[in-house]
Amino acid sequence: MKKLSNIFQLGIKELLSLWRDPVMVIFIIYAFTFAVISGSKATSGDVKNAPIAILDQDQSPLSQRIGNAFFPPRFKPAVPIQADDVDPALDAGTYTFVLDIPPNFARDVQAGKQPKIQLNIDATRMSQAFLGASYTQTIVMDEIRAYLQGHKTQAKPPVDIVVRYKFNPTQTTVWFGAIVALVNQITMLAVILTGAALIREREHGTLEHLLVMPLTPFEIMMAKIWANGLVVLVVTALSLKGIVQGVLDMPIAGSVPLFLSGVALHLFSVTALGILIGTVARTMPQMGLLMILVIIPLQMLSGGNTPYQSMPEAVQFIMKAAPTTHFVAFAQAILFRGAGLEVVWPSYLALFVIGCVFFASALALLRKSLSASA
Amino acid sequence: MNPEPTRKFVARVEGLSQRYGRKLALDSITLNFPADCMVGLLGPDGVGKSSLMSIISGVRKIQTGKVEVLGGDIGLESHRTAACPRIAYMPQGLGKNLYMTLSVYENLDFFGRLFGQDKAERDRRIDELLASTGMSPFKQRPAGKLSGGMKQKLGLCCSLIHDPDLLILDEPTTGVDPLSRRQFWDLIKRIRVQRPQMSVLVSTAYMDEADGFDWLIAMDDGKVLAEGTPAELKSRVGADNLDAAFIRLLPEAKRQGHKALVVPPRNVAMEGTPAIEAEGLTRRFGDFTAVDHVSFKIPKGEIFGFLGSNGCGKTTTMKMLTGLLPSTEGTAMMFGEKVTGKDLATRKRIGFMSQAFSLYAELTVRQNLVLHARVFDLPKDKIEPRINELIKQFGLGNYIEDLAESLPLGTRQRLSLAVAMIHKPELLILDEPTSGVDPVARESFWELLIHLSRNDKVTIFVSTHFMNEAGWCDRISLMHSGKVLASDPPAKLVANCGAKTLEEAFISYLEKAAAANAETAAPVAESKSPAQTAPEAPHALATGFSWRRLFGYAYREALELKRDTIRLTFALGGSVLMMLVLGFGINLDVEDIAVSMFDNDNSPASLRYADNIAGSSYFVQKPPVTDPDALERRLRKGDLDVVVEIPPNFGKDVARGANTEIAAWVNGSMPSRAQSVAGYVQGLHSDFVARTVPPSVGAPKVGIQPLLEMRYRCNQDFKSIYAMVPPTIPIILVLIPAMLMALGVVREKELGSIYNFYSTPVTRLEFIFGKQLPYAAVAMLNLVVLSVMAVTVFQVPLKGSVLALILGGFLYVICTTSLGFVMSAFTSTQIAAIFGTAIATILPATQFSGLTQPVSALEGTGAIIGKIYPTAHFITISQGVFNKALGFKDLIDPFLALAVSIPILTAISWMLLKKQES
Repeated sequence: MKKLSNIFQLGIKELLSLWRDPVMVIFIIYAFTFAVISGSKATSGDVKNAPIAILDQDQSPLSQRIGNAFFPPRFKPAVPIQADDVDPALDAGTYTFVLDIPPNFARDVQAGKQPKIQLNIDATRMSQAFLGASYTQTIVMDEIRAYLQGHKTQAKPPVDIVVRYKFNPTQTTVWFGAIVALVNQITMLAVILTGAALIREREHGTLEHLLVMPLTPFEIMMAKIWANGLVVLVVTALSLKGIVQGVLDMPIAGSVPLFLSGVALHLFSVTALGILIGTVARTMPQMGLLMILVIIPLQMLSGGNTPYQSMPEAVQFIMKAAPTTHFVAFAQAILFRGAGLEVVWPSYLALFVIGCVFFASALALLRKSLSASA
Repeated sequence: MNPEPTRKFVARVEGLSQRYGRKLALDSITLNFPADCMVGLLGPDGVGKSSLMSIISGVRKIQTGKVEVLGGDIGLESHRTAACPRIAYMPQGLGKNLYMTLSVYENLDFFGRLFGQDKAERDRRIDELLASTGMSPFKQRPAGKLSGGMKQKLGLCCSLIHDPDLLILDEPTTGVDPLSRRQFWDLIKRIRVQRPQMSVLVSTAYMDEADGFDWLIAMDDGKVLAEGTPAELKSRVGADNLDAAFIRLLPEAKRQGHKALVVPPRNVAMEGTPAIEAEGLTRRFGDFTAVDHVSFKIPKGEIFGFLGSNGCGKTTTMKMLTGLLPSTEGTAMMFGEKVTGKDLATRKRIGFMSQAFSLYAELTVRQNLVLHARVFDLPKDKIEPRINELIKQFGLGNYIEDLAESLPLGTRQRLSLAVAMIHKPELLILDEPTSGVDPVARESFWELLIHLSRNDKVTIFVSTHFMNEAGWCDRISLMHSGKVLASDPPAKLVANCGAKTLEEAFISYLEKAAAANAETAAPVAESKSPAQTAPEAPHALATGFSWRRLFGYAYREALELKRDTIRLTFALGGSVLMMLVLGFGINLDVEDIAVSMFDNDNSPASLRYADNIAGSSYFVQKPPVTDPDALERRLRKGDLDVVVEIPPNFGKDVARGANTEIAAWVNGSMPSRAQSVAGYVQGLHSDFVARTVPPSVGAPKVGIQPLLEMRYRCNQDFKSIYAMVPPTIPIILVLIPAMLMALGVVREKELGSIYNFYSTPVTRLEFIFGKQLPYAAVAMLNLVVLSVMAVTVFQVPLKGSVLALILGGFLYVICTTSLGFVMSAFTSTQIAAIFGTAIATILPATQFSGLTQPVSALEGTGAIIGKIYPTAHFITISQGVFNKALGFKDLIDPFLALAVSIPILTAISWMLLKKQES
């Protein structure tokens, strides 16, 4: 009982401290509003507005037809280009694709020959290059087929395939991007808030002050975890409601309370991680660097920014121990696929176990560092 | 009562008012400061002395009123620039403007550079200053390892390095032991003899010191009470010492209740176990013995004083008694029980007040009190009355809703004691509780202590520098270099030495101990004086841009970085680690697609179709789906990327050329992957169709596939690693240098060394670039290491111009450190600087700069950020040089973009950075 009251009181103190730093409050608001919105527009992978140029050496109705077949959202309208400009334009990154239609192309096609169209691809743009190439291929083939069939709209081939996208039928990338941005902000804010709160107490000498009072390191840690975790949880809920559902108009497939309770579990583990970082680093500048070194891998390799399955096996294995991997997994499952607890419980369990490990090591380290401090 | 009209004035103040929030620190003050003498500012804390001094030094911005210093208006920037090399300012706080990791020599050297002195001149002046202060033996010692008195001496040396005409010292001896204090004033006196034209303006809380000044100004509540020579002040109120004179000068209301402090005798009967019992207590830090076999016994109800110079082990002893620090040897008993540090019950019987203010500065007075009351488990209904009682007792009534950080020093100390007392402890351990507190407040503080001891039988263990306070103790211990020199009632100590006062007794003990110890200050070189042998420092260097000052800051910042090995290791090793993680970890290839068949046909044709998919190396076959529910459930679970549903009669329909339709159900929650998956499935489908389905009428006769030839430029193998590694270098080079830089300014603000920027001729540009330089250099080193890693570890060929990469990198790291600088100048706390830098770098660099998605494909804010963000431009350069064999000519646009970013970012920093405190 006494313990709980101490944890509660110290936590209230944390909240008041945060409230007194107006710049911090502004940053938090920014991170959960504008950063989520702008992050929603920046998802990787899907081909959008790909710049394409066309080197039309044929100047036939077919080549013009092909040239007119590129349009947003996937491609920018194709821009005519001269032969000499192809390489410089690709080098400068002005165009990702340059389609090279040879002379007499239409004639050769109609004659049943196999003339070659060359597609130059800037392969340093991995994500666009591969998908874009296959889209280009489809577009060109469709146009040729339609041309050959006498300008009729393409006939349905007898054996067709229909792709249906579950959970996001229109394949809006905005939603995915928003959730990735939100997930990233949650982790970053939680780690920084708790880690820095600890360092700040150490630098201001108040940590020592706490230790002469009838308080244990456990209580000090728990107070930081609940208070800072609560702040992040509240802004997450508000951002989900106001920004993701409100501004970005995303339908949430699953249960919001279930998601938020998962966020709480995630926060338990990342705030403990923050304490761990705050204990290892002795000063704020050290903490800043250490934080970057921990956050970036957590974010980039969690499966939110790039597909988890594509990472090397070893990395996948290591990232199983990272809270963000499980967070991203259940966030997608609940928010997009409407999964229930029966689906996400392994992630929750993993988060809880990871959180306990972080918490225990942070506590042990904090105890050790406190008894050695002078 | 003005000085005679013929007198010269070093500064004139007219109608000066200064307000912080709702507190009026200075209330339309009009004053003249006589030149060529020592002027002392007296008064309790928070009466505006510090504000006045910082305004005169040009460090603080004037709100209303006119201040003329050294013959010009200090409110004008032009005059500040001109006068600043003639003024020296030492802010309040031990070693506040020093750099703790730098040695004595390096600190002085830094100040010399700021005043434009060349190496020969700096070295000569440093040698002379160190010799004349007796600090020569400690030339190489880090400032952080000096005692308080030595720190102040070093601070003084730093102030004197440019022969100022006006020396402003804000409470230079607060918290310094009597011997060091005496040495400090001797030093000032000698310097004054050598340079009589130098005016000195000092504030102090010690009235005995003020007695030696030429002119005194007594202040209270933002107003001037009186000015005159010490003799005049004393005679005006008919007091024989300044302490009494000051108290009599106070307005009636403040004086009320003040009477000479009487210590009633203690009931000496030593009943029961002693409150504290230390036996052979020892503490070593490495090979340094901070506390050396200290033993004492403090009976209940006694006031036990602990005296000693700074760094003699008082604080360490107290920490061991409270259990904050384990002892190396010996035992400490508290109420008859061994101190373990784990015993929460004993903590409730003790109140502790540490030397540094350690309450929550960001909470109000009431919030601090309530927090502690609850932690000490006071019953709910008792909290309010107890807090009100303390507020009354400690005179905090006017401050109750103020933030603790806004309180004047003396009030803060009162608050600290109130907090330590909240649970009515039986034992109070107070570490220099009255440092920086004015005489009236100190006496009332001691009145409280005596009351607690005599009436409530509270044992009090207190350390102090003030001799009159020591005189009020029942017993005192003199401590020096970790050892207790003597331990007796004050009167007995005085008698033992044959001294007149306790101060003399103490100094004689110290000198005896010092004589036996070569560690203390070397004899002071009296013969030479810096000013007589040295030509006057040229004072006209302040204008214009100075490379020397810039390098002064750069050199100092570099030294600090070098000393912080952990930070340096993180910065260098961290970028290597990050490159490995990002380079190997980020892979945009779509692999291991989990596919499951939902075969409603089970004909040879459908099995062929399934085999076709399973045969692809991109797919991993999962157990088949048997009904629509399972399809839904398994996709939802996320185990499957795609389910391929083959309709009934698929085989028959294919055979007879009838229309049939395969459905591919793709998990669409991650669009980028979903679309790739769809692409692969469609590809395999057309492959299947081309090979097995007879061409029907009307379809093109030619195979279309070979028509389109793909030519992957710059990355023929189309390997993700070639595309991903070059951009990771720019990403790492924004995250780490910006974060290194981000704390540069806020940290100086928090620790106080920012005053050196305010009070020296350094210009904003010199400061900005000087501080950036070392971090930019570290970043350049990172660039080289990362590029070598890209070529060796990742085997990415470097095809283009190395020089272009290096030059582009240089422009880029200036941009990224500038970005960190902007954050640092903008924020006011370190935590906000970290968070701000994180959001200003991580998202734009990883999402909007072309790492995974080309900038040209972005929309909205992302697109705008991607166009202007430096990382995007350097990714273009890095990609160009590594993969595209490009040189300068081809990369002119990104080079220009980076070059333009630098002045823009610098201008923002310049605007955010203030050369004065507001």
